[in-house]
Amino acid sequence: MKSLAYVRSLAAKFFHRSEVAQDMDEELRSHIQHRADDLQRPGISRAEAERRARIEFGGQERIAEECHEALGGNFIETAIQDVRLSIRVLRKSPGFTAAAVLTLALAIGANAVVFSIMNGFILRPLNVPHAENLYGLWRIQDDMSESYPDYIDLRDHNHSFEALAAYNITQAGLDTGENPISSWIEEASGNYFDALGIEPYLGRFFHASDEHGPDSAPYMVLTYAFWHAHFREDRTVLGRVVEVNKHPFTIIGVAPPEFHGTLLFFHPDFFVPLIDQGQIDGNDLNARGSRWIFMTIGHLKAGVSKAQAIADLNSIGAYLKKTYPKDEAQVTFELARPSLYGDYLGRPVREFLTGLMLLSGLILLAACANLGSLFAARAADRSREVALRLALGSSRKRILRGLFTEALLVSLVGGAVGLWGSVFVLQGMSAWQPFPRWPVHLSVNPDAHVYGMALLLALASGFLFGAVPVRQVLGTNPYEVVKLGTTGRMGRRITTREVLLVVQIAICAVLVTSSMVAVRGLARSLHNNFGFDPQNTLLVDTDLRMAGYSGDRVPPMQKRMVDALETIPGVESVGLSDQIPLGDTAPQTNVFTDNTSDLRPSNAAANPVMFKISPEYFHAARTILLSGRNFTSHDDKNSPRVAVVTPPFAKKIFGSVTNAMGGSYKMPDGTRIQVVGIVEDGKYGSLTEDPQPAMFLPVLQWPSTSTYLVVRSGRDPQQLAAAIRSTLRQLDAGLPVFIQTRSKELEFILFGPRMATLALGVLGGMGAMLAVTGIFGMAAYSVSKRLRELGLRVALGAQRKELLQTALGRAVKLLALGSAAGLLLGILATPVLAFIVNQATPHDPLILVGVVLSMALLGLLAAWIPARRALSVDPMRLLREE
Amino acid sequence: MTDQAQLLPGTLDLLILKAVSLGPLHGYGVLLRIGQISEQALLIEQGALYPALFRLVRQGLLKASWGVSENNRRAKFYELTAAGRKRFREETEGWNRVATAMAAALAAEPEEV
Repeated sequence: MKSLAYVRSLAAKFFHRSEVAQDMDEELRSHIQHRADDLQRPGISRAEAERRARIEFGGQERIAEECHEALGGNFIETAIQDVRLSIRVLRKSPGFTAAAVLTLALAIGANAVVFSIMNGFILRPLNVPHAENLYGLWRIQDDMSESYPDYIDLRDHNHSFEALAAYNITQAGLDTGENPISSWIEEASGNYFDALGIEPYLGRFFHASDEHGPDSAPYMVLTYAFWHAHFREDRTVLGRVVEVNKHPFTIIGVAPPEFHGTLLFFHPDFFVPLIDQGQIDGNDLNARGSRWIFMTIGHLKAGVSKAQAIADLNSIGAYLKKTYPKDEAQVTFELARPSLYGDYLGRPVREFLTGLMLLSGLILLAACANLGSLFAARAADRSREVALRLALGSSRKRILRGLFTEALLVSLVGGAVGLWGSVFVLQGMSAWQPFPRWPVHLSVNPDAHVYGMALLLALASGFLFGAVPVRQVLGTNPYEVVKLGTTGRMGRRITTREVLLVVQIAICAVLVTSSMVAVRGLARSLHNNFGFDPQNTLLVDTDLRMAGYSGDRVPPMQKRMVDALETIPGVESVGLSDQIPLGDTAPQTNVFTDNTSDLRPSNAAANPVMFKISPEYFHAARTILLSGRNFTSHDDKNSPRVAVVTPPFAKKIFGSVTNAMGGSYKMPDGTRIQVVGIVEDGKYGSLTEDPQPAMFLPVLQWPSTSTYLVVRSGRDPQQLAAAIRSTLRQLDAGLPVFIQTRSKELEFILFGPRMATLALGVLGGMGAMLAVTGIFGMAAYSVSKRLRELGLRVALGAQRKELLQTALGRAVKLLALGSAAGLLLGILATPVLAFIVNQATPHDPLILVGVVLSMALLGLLAAWIPARRALSVDPMRLLREE
Repeated sequence: MTDQAQLLPGTLDLLILKAVSLGPLHGYGVLLRIGQISEQALLIEQGALYPALFRLVRQGLLKASWGVSENNRRAKFYELTAAGRKRFREETEGWNRVATAMAAALAAEPEEV
């Protein structure tokens, strides 16, 4: 009954607000009329009676408000009122509002972008059923690759996985009747789709039951994206026969749109059975020592823990080592997340993104500090208004609520604008393909998590900076303020703001320092000696297998290609190699000293990177021969096996470079190789690697279909590329080639450091902007508060220097303090940076000078306008106005 | 002014309920009635009355309807609801208990202790 009445009154109030207000008005008027009726008597006119009645009654507005409150349900209504009032107040100072909203939009936008990347790369699970217990097998001593026989043993002997699937990534030529194209494919074990629990979008998948020995299942499953792009979603492709590396394959199905394999960045074009890989890569399915399978993955069985599974795998590993000592080394397994290739990519990405998230969190904190001090300054400016409202009977609670409403309004609008901007950035990133040669996509589109996070951040920061002026308002003594004006207690009130400002400047200095360290590191690593000269070089990348070449047909074709390219006008030299340093893969192999007879992996003397090159390669790549001789066309199948090695290789195997010349070593299959030359050391896998042993072998002795042609020429790369393309087409129109400059190819390896530098630069820039507005706000506030004092000083004959010192001395001191703290912190933080950016070292005078200079510049920039204002103080006008 | 008692907190609601229990009244009438039945000893501030009336309506103890007053003016009349009558009885009993106890306590003489 009671509650019903309450609800009714609430509902009436909510839905018929004006009616309720009218009703109340009328009732109060009626009261006054009745009272006036009583007061009216001879000698007192009606008008006089009503006036007295009104005076007796007291403040109608206040009573009406109290009545409203008594009616209940005023929370929503006062909130609406507060919002209306706040909008009015904020619109009155558009500059302040715009600055506040923009500051927040930038900070929250940056956080949304970073969080979204983190969400896309780390937090969001793979788009397969039960991704949470899907693991990849990782050999701790090595990487995640397996040989096919090992995979079969692991698959059949483990007791921990529902099913163990394997896949390999490779490139192949696809001929659908038009121009053959080079495509990226995933070779998957027969149980792959069933193990992952994926259903086809169209047609069917291949299964374990389709496998009947090597090359027995010529089936192909397209990814949705490739079906869409290449076949225009033509449903009749099912059953069509296409050629992969000149072998017929039947298209049997299309994978669902959200599935593109289990690697996060990598989007293959289609899937073929692993069992057919002899036709595609030519790897040996029976070679136990050749670990070419990219990754082995599976769901843990229900109730099996990670530790149990690892123990299970390790016992299989021990069995393999015992049974096949020639091919197997000591192996310890670990389970890793498959989406980022285990820890190989996962760890740096995780660490980098965590660092980035921390930095952008700092940015937001700085923005909050900034806005907090702006709001505090505003509250101080409005202290007269606040005092007046307090004196007129408004409650402190109400005033605080108003201030908080303003803060939240600003933060929500800022958050919305920031999010809006970040969605654009993220969509751009998602559509971006950083490496033209690789089907790499960064799927970082924002989802509900990101929106929720942005809202949360906006609210949290609103409360954070809204809370800064609270104590100030609570401490307001209306009588003091009205009497004295606002200048009275300034000295003390500013301290919180000063601390905030120092913190903020320090954060900014950290960001500026670390971005400078990163930029310097990157610049230096670009001028490193790579062991080759990337300038004026085009790379032609192909695999002769794509056009059906194999065996004895390969070397003559390669020779024809080199010869043909050399005839193109403007080409200085053309070299050939099966892989390139700092390319996508640096193949490694075990080597043994000459007196080792037991060639098991554990006896290996080194695990150098290996390149199979033509005699002209060193010349074309500008790799300097230090001693000995280069290969010649006579170093072929019929002559003794020879090698050119690098100094680290020589030292590792032979003890010294002089011993190496003419010395011999062994390959895992027992082949003896004699060292005939030494070339300079270079970088092979990454820019940050330690010197690695490397060896170069004649491609004529170690044939390979994988072909990189290094074309050195001063000609315009685009024209040259066209010429190369048409020349090669004349040789074989069915051979897809990929051509780009050597520098462009290097971008792959520089991607990480570049992104890191870019991110730090952007964050550093934002930090700098925040520091500028912070210092500006502080200086402007201090000048405007002390204008009268400054005027008096001018009147008393103060010099410009003294004036500036009074007005800005404190701001400058704070700037110096904050910068010093930030510089120190930034230097302490550089070891973290060194992990990502090569040669990131803070022990660099240029960086110290740069940071100090840029902070000083920022300070100057920020203090410029307030300083002008302080200097232009006109004492006469000021004294007149006060 | 000195002969007017200070209103104890919480007593305004009880006084309003009492006044209205004697018959439907409009706001101003409530004021007059309280003055009358307390022999002008208890005077209510005019502004404080209305928030109290609204609160009682919200609590479902009073109901209000527009009518015409003895001065022939439109006015809002308040009367007790069933819940209001019940509450009025309870509060009256409670008040009487406290008042009797207070009176007894204050009347105590030294020899009675």
